[in-house]
Amino acid sequence: MSSSPSDRSDGTAAASDPLRPSDHIDSAPVDDNDINQPALGVVGWLRWGWRQLTSMRVALVLLLILAIAAIPGSVFPQRTADPNGVVQYRQNNPDIFPVLDAMRMFDVYSSPWFSAIYLLLFVSLIGCIIPRIKHHAKALRALPPRTPARLGRLEHHRSVTRENGDAAAAIDVAEKQLKSLGYRVARYDRGTTWSVSAERGYWRETGNLLFHIALVGVLVTVGIGGGFAYTGQRVVIEGASYVNTLIDYNSINRGRFVADDTFQPYALTLDSFDVTYEDFGTPGAGQAGNFAANLSVRNVDGSTSKGTVRVNHPLHVGGDSVYLLGNGYAPTITVRNAEGDTVFSGPVEFLPQDSAMTSLGVVKVTDGMPEQLGMIGFLYPTPLKMKSGAYTSVHGALNLPLLTLDVYQGDLGVDGGKPVSVFELDTDGLEKLNGRTTDTESIELQPGETADLPNGLGTVTFENVSPKGAKDTLQSVKRYVSLQIHHDASAPWVLAFALLALAGLGLALFVPRRRMWVKATTADDGTHLEYAALARGDDPTLAAAVDDLVRGHERLLEAAAPEGSTPAKGA
Amino acid sequence: MPDLDSISILTLWTAIAVYAGSFIAYAFDLARRSSATIAEVETPVLVAAGGADARGAGSPASGTAAGGAARSGKAKSGTPRYIFARIGTALAILGWLFHLTSTLTRGFAAGRVPWANLYEFAMVGTLLIMAVYLVVLTRIDLRYLGTFISGLVVVLLGAAAANFYVAVTPLVDPLKSVWLVIHVFVASLSTALFALAFALSVMQLMQSRRERRIAGGVENAGPGFLRTLPNTVRLENMAYHFTVVGFIFWTFTLIAGSIWAQDAWGRYWGFDVKETWTFIIWVLYAGYIHARATRGWRGNPSAWLSITGFTAVIFNFAIVNVFFKGLHAYSGLS
Ligand code: HEM
Repeated sequence: MSSSPSDRSDGTAAASDPLRPSDHIDSAPVDDNDINQPALGVVGWLRWGWRQLTSMRVALVLLLILAIAAIPGSVFPQRTADPNGVVQYRQNNPDIFPVLDAMRMFDVYSSPWFSAIYLLLFVSLIGCIIPRIKHHAKALRALPPRTPARLGRLEHHRSVTRENGDAAAAIDVAEKQLKSLGYRVARYDRGTTWSVSAERGYWRETGNLLFHIALVGVLVTVGIGGGFAYTGQRVVIEGASYVNTLIDYNSINRGRFVADDTFQPYALTLDSFDVTYEDFGTPGAGQAGNFAANLSVRNVDGSTSKGTVRVNHPLHVGGDSVYLLGNGYAPTITVRNAEGDTVFSGPVEFLPQDSAMTSLGVVKVTDGMPEQLGMIGFLYPTPLKMKSGAYTSVHGALNLPLLTLDVYQGDLGVDGGKPVSVFELDTDGLEKLNGRTTDTESIELQPGETADLPNGLGTVTFENVSPKGAKDTLQSVKRYVSLQIHHDASAPWVLAFALLALAGLGLALFVPRRRMWVKATTADDGTHLEYAALARGDDPTLAAAVDDLVRGHERLLEAAAPEGSTPAKGA
Repeated sequence: MPDLDSISILTLWTAIAVYAGSFIAYAFDLARRSSATIAEVETPVLVAAGGADARGAGSPASGTAAGGAARSGKAKSGTPRYIFARIGTALAILGWLFHLTSTLTRGFAAGRVPWANLYEFAMVGTLLIMAVYLVVLTRIDLRYLGTFISGLVVVLLGAAAANFYVAVTPLVDPLKSVWLVIHVFVASLSTALFALAFALSVMQLMQSRRERRIAGGVENAGPGFLRTLPNTVRLENMAYHFTVVGFIFWTFTLIAGSIWAQDAWGRYWGFDVKETWTFIIWVLYAGYIHARATRGWRGNPSAWLSITGFTAVIFNFAIVNVFFKGLHAYSGLS
């Protein structure tokens, strides 16, 4: 409604109107030929393309396409978020996997087609806001537009006739009144008519621009920030330390601008790890919680401090944030050969398999035995023997833990230079010495116990690491934590821009933008007062605002001239 | 003395039953509106249309005449009394009180805010939908949406109580955060606003069809109760206003969720399934807001976008939570 052609001829649509793409609902329809038929020639086409790209319609369509394009990433597992899911998907759907992969369905958010959509939107956004910023900067300095000749044609119009009184003075009063209401005002007096033109709500456009600029800010900071960010993982066993250097990470993802020597060489030691399990017979029995990794920190300057990492409460060290990713048991195992020499000793990280912490781990003895030995072990923190004879764990805490070991003999393949996970043992080509499918039983050990290896190869001990004088087995096995070390200096900036966007949005959507006019004309029967208002954008309270203006003005006039002038008739 | 959680379950089913009553009463109301004579409904149309704001100016029914009628006709005298609508609203309030009791006792039983698993999300989400509706009723007569609102609440709440119920269990570590309180609550609040906007957009489409048919001289222009509703422009404006408020809350939800993710998972954004859907919904509503400002898209097309947006909200809640795999595995169902 705002700038219908008649408004324009009245001079109400002025330079202070926000600039909008030509297909905006408030813009006057442009001659269609202008939009649809580019002038011949490259420049003409480019201009035409640019105008299309920065139009409301294209922005809107791009937004909708962006929404649709984001969907596949929630349907298919993504390499960044769920790498194991991708592997599994490949196993389950070997036929369709290559096709989907070629379409980048497993890396949707870094795919060329997804990038193309948001880059186009980005360009459109910038192309749209730059002219608007220029325009708005000018509008902020412009005067409210000339009072329309015929206010009666506006939708919100009131008129009052006062029997006598001074027209100019009435407008003076109105001017003050509007000013105090936060309007920017300008006087347009001409001959026997006096008028004040007022406008407010410049914050609406400011907010809109702020919002769109802040979106650019978010995108840019996310983009640049990613180049300087790194995220690494590191497993630490109770009592052990690690130093924050590139080689000390188990795995790391780093942005392209992260140099090898970026890392601050602070050191972390895991003093202890706390966890509680809900008791049997309570709701959520066995549920683990209250995880806390208690760390000692040796800072780069040599000072030391203590810190705790909990879920939702990372530890901040040397510009990095340290998170708790996971935890598990690391039973301490000692292997001796037939001569009684220790050929392996130390804690071994076992990977939890279920919520009751049934854990799987691998011991690799590479030297000191006639042939290399590999052992696949299961740790049951709270073991229960099932009918089938197999064990399971029924609780995560160490209530008489049980370690079972199956022993394999042969070339473990660790010397081949091929990277092998510490949690996996490739049993192909190995000779199985005990456990199922052999005549010898699996080795079963409780903390502190030692058993003979098959074929007289030696012994294996499940060390009890409980503190001296412990009466139970609750601390008989060491724990380890998997820490994530994350560095991203851009996060606060991203947040700042996001909050700016939110603030801009609030202004853009809730600040009413409106114009008001008060005009006084001297006539034979007194002073004609006219009030009119025009909304620029959605403004449900405009009618009430005009009524308030009329009433307020009358009160002020009355106060200024206590006797005499009373309104003769209103309409 | 039964334990708190049992009280919660009992009052919840009571609430569902009362809401069902409210639904029936509102449905009768619509039926009665349909059979009302034109004369009976003339006044309320004008009154309702009177508030039509600036943007509606172009349309015939909300011009100055209607505005004037609204100002002078604010007195309720001409408004027919919608008895069944009153019953519906009274039952909705009663049901809401039971619903509130149920939610509070659940919270006390758990010793924390009652929105930490799917069952509780449903409970709080519908509580807020009803609350927003009832609060808005004190200012704008939206009782023609009553059937939709109480129907939606009965279905969501009934389904949640029947399928998603889980006993009170301690919170898992990632949920122990102030952001649980803020993020989830604000998300539910925006859902409530989007729900109202959705209902209004549906009405807008129906009304627009009716207006088109009347203009085309068709005898049977559609359901009769539409006569008692505001015109298309007014419906659209209301839908828009609910949406923009909802959109601001949703933007906040997105930001708050990212802050939480930064604390809990060590990155503020990772296109986890739930994050992705929150983003999709945000983009859809941004599209809606643009559509309303784009020539050729205001009116029916933008109403369809509002409907699509809310469909995505419901999908995000009911389908993504239950069937999609991701970090947000807090449904409490196994
Ligand atoms: C990056 C994607 C974008 C998003 C998420 C977005 C979002 C929004 C939102 C939420 C609003 C409502 C706030 C307000 O009224 O001030 C809005 C308004 C607006 N946007 Fe965008 N926008 C995007 C891109 C663009 C682009 C590319 C253009 C240029 C064509 C544009 C032009 C506008 C205009 C002119 C308005 C004001 C609408 C009105 O007058 O009611 N936006 N945008």
